[in-house]
Amino acid sequence: MSVQNVMVTADIAARRRSGVLAGLLILVVLLALISLGIGPVRLSPVAVIDALFGGGSDVQQVIVREIRLPRTILGFAIGAILGLSGAALQGLLRNPLASPSLFGAPQSAAFGAVLVIALGLADVRSYALPVAAIAMAFASVFVLLTIAGRNAGLLILILAGLAISSLAGAATALVMNLSSNPFVVLEIAFWLLGSLEDRSFRHVVLALPFIVTGAIVLLSQRNAFRALSLGEETAQSLGVDVGRLRLLVITGVALGVGGAVAVTGTIGFIGLVAPHLMRPLIGHDPTRLLVPSAFTGAALLLSADIAVRIIPSTTDIKVGVLTSIIGVPFFLYLIMRERRALGGGVA
Amino acid sequence: MTASAFLNAWGVNVTLAGRLVLNDVSLALSSGHLVALVGPNGAGKTTLLRALAGLVPSEGVIEVGGDALSSLALRERARRFAYLPQGHVVHWPLAARDIVALGRYPHGATDPARLTPKDAEAVLRAMQATDVVEFSERRVTELSGGERSRVALARVLAVEAPVILADEPTASLDPRHQFDVMKSLRASADKGVLVIAVTHDLGLAARFADTVLVFSDGRLVSQGAPAEALSETTMGEVFRISAYRAEYQCEAVIVPWAEI
Repeated sequence: MSVQNVMVTADIAARRRSGVLAGLLILVVLLALISLGIGPVRLSPVAVIDALFGGGSDVQQVIVREIRLPRTILGFAIGAILGLSGAALQGLLRNPLASPSLFGAPQSAAFGAVLVIALGLADVRSYALPVAAIAMAFASVFVLLTIAGRNAGLLILILAGLAISSLAGAATALVMNLSSNPFVVLEIAFWLLGSLEDRSFRHVVLALPFIVTGAIVLLSQRNAFRALSLGEETAQSLGVDVGRLRLLVITGVALGVGGAVAVTGTIGFIGLVAPHLMRPLIGHDPTRLLVPSAFTGAALLLSADIAVRIIPSTTDIKVGVLTSIIGVPFFLYLIMRERRALGGGVA
Repeated sequence: MTASAFLNAWGVNVTLAGRLVLNDVSLALSSGHLVALVGPNGAGKTTLLRALAGLVPSEGVIEVGGDALSSLALRERARRFAYLPQGHVVHWPLAARDIVALGRYPHGATDPARLTPKDAEAVLRAMQATDVVEFSERRVTELSGGERSRVALARVLAVEAPVILADEPTASLDPRHQFDVMKSLRASADKGVLVIAVTHDLGLAARFADTVLVFSDGRLVSQGAPAEALSETTMGEVFRISAYRAEYQCEAVIVPWAEI
C-alpha cells in the first residue's frame, strides 16, 4: 500500500460526506420554502420564491417577507445552533447522550429569562432577556461540568443534568408562584412551551447575533474534538489546551442556547437527536459531525414548525411540545441501546 | 549530568492531592536510548512521564533539547514528546488511519482527510513500522487488543518526536505482541529517538532497554544498565523478590523467582 492508496480511500470518504452535506442543504432549502408557504394563506414554493425577490402581489410580499420570513429564519438558525451544540457537547464529553436539554441548559436559560420578565426588568423584546438567558445557560453547563469532573461517566452526567434541570424548573415555578399578576403567569407558561409563532424581525435581531457568535466559537474549536477522542490527557499531549476548550465550548453552547431560548422559549431534544441521525451517514468522527448536525437540527426544527401548522387541532400546538414528544421516546431508545454502558457505570 | 543529554531534569517534585508523588528526581537521558522505568505500583513512574510531557504541574527544572519545558508552548511540547497513555482509550469508533493521523496534529495536520504529502508519508511510515496498514480503514473498536495497541503505537510514532513516552505499552498483551511492541520501540531508539517506557515486566526491561531507572516511593533509587540497575540488592529492597539472573546472547536475563 502506498501513500496514494492511503489518500484515495480518505478521498472516497470525503466525497461521500460532501454528498450528504449537499443533500442536507437541498433539504433545508426546500423545508424553508415550504415553511414560508404554509399558513392561513397557502403559497406554492414558486410563489414564495417570486415574493421573496419582489414579485407577486403586495399581499403575498408582506406575508412572505414580513410575517413568515422571521419565523423561518429563526427556525433555521435555532435548529442549527441546537444541532451544533449537541454535537459539540457530545464531542467534548465523548458521550453520545450529551445534549443541552439533558443538561438543563434551556431550562436554566428559561429561568433566567422568566426571572427578568417577572421582575419587570424587561419586556419580551429587550436585550436583557437574551443576556439573562445566556448567563443562566452558562452557569448551568459550567456547574454541570464542574460537578461531573474531568472524566465523567454517563451516569454522573445524566444525574447531574437531571438535578440541574429540576432545579431550574423548580426555580421557574417559584417565580411564577410568587408572581402576583395572573396574566404575566399565563404569558410565561405559554412562552415556556416553546414556539416560533408570531416572531418578528425584532426577535431575529435579538437572537441572531448571539446564535452566530456561539456557532463561530464552537466551529473554531472543531479540530480539537477529534483529538479528544483519545481522552483529555492524550489530547493535551497532542497540543490541545483542554481547559480552554471546555470553557469555549460552554461559552458557545450558552450563547447559542441562551439566545435561542430568549426568543422562542424551550425547544428541546434537537441537539440530542441531530448528531445521532448523522452518525450512520457521516461516521463517528466528532469533528465531521458538527456541520451536518447543524443542518440536521435546522431541518428538524423547520419540519416540526411546519408540522404544528399542518396538524389539525383546536388550539395551536407549540413546537417545543412537539420536539419533546418526539425527542423523549428517542432518548428512551438511546438509553436502551446504551444499556450496557449505563449498567456498567462506565463509558 | 552529561552535556550531551537530550532530556535533563533537576530536583523535580510533583505533589498530587497533598501527597509528594515524585521526590527530588534528577536525571539526564540521551537520544538513541531505550530507557525502562520500573518500580512497584505507586512508585511515581507514570507521574514522571506525565510531568515530562507537561501534563501535571511540577517543581524543579526540566529541559528538553536545551529548552526549559516551561518555556515551550503547548504545540511545541507536543512536537517534542509523543505520549502513549495506558490502556489505549478511544471513545469513538474511528478508522485506524484517522487515529494514526492524529499523531500529526501537533504539526498542524488537524484533518486526516487533508494531509500534506509529508504528513501522509509520516502516517504511512508509522503504520508500516507497526504493521497496521492492512486494517487502516477498519474501526478501532472492531480490532483485537493486540491490533489496537499497535494502532496506538503507530499514532505515537507518527508524531516523529525526538522523545517517546510510553506508559506500560506491553500491558495485557500476549508474549508475541509484547515483543512486537518492544521491537518497534527498540527500532525507534536505534534511529535516534529517546524512548522512555514504563513497565512492570523486568524481563522485557532487561532484554530490550539500554538503561533502567528504578523508582521507589517517588524517588529514583537506582539507574544504569539493566544488570547493574536491577542488582540483587535493589531487587530485594525495592521489589522484595529475588530473581534468576543469567546472560543469553549478550543480553541480561532477569526472571523474578521468589519473594523475600
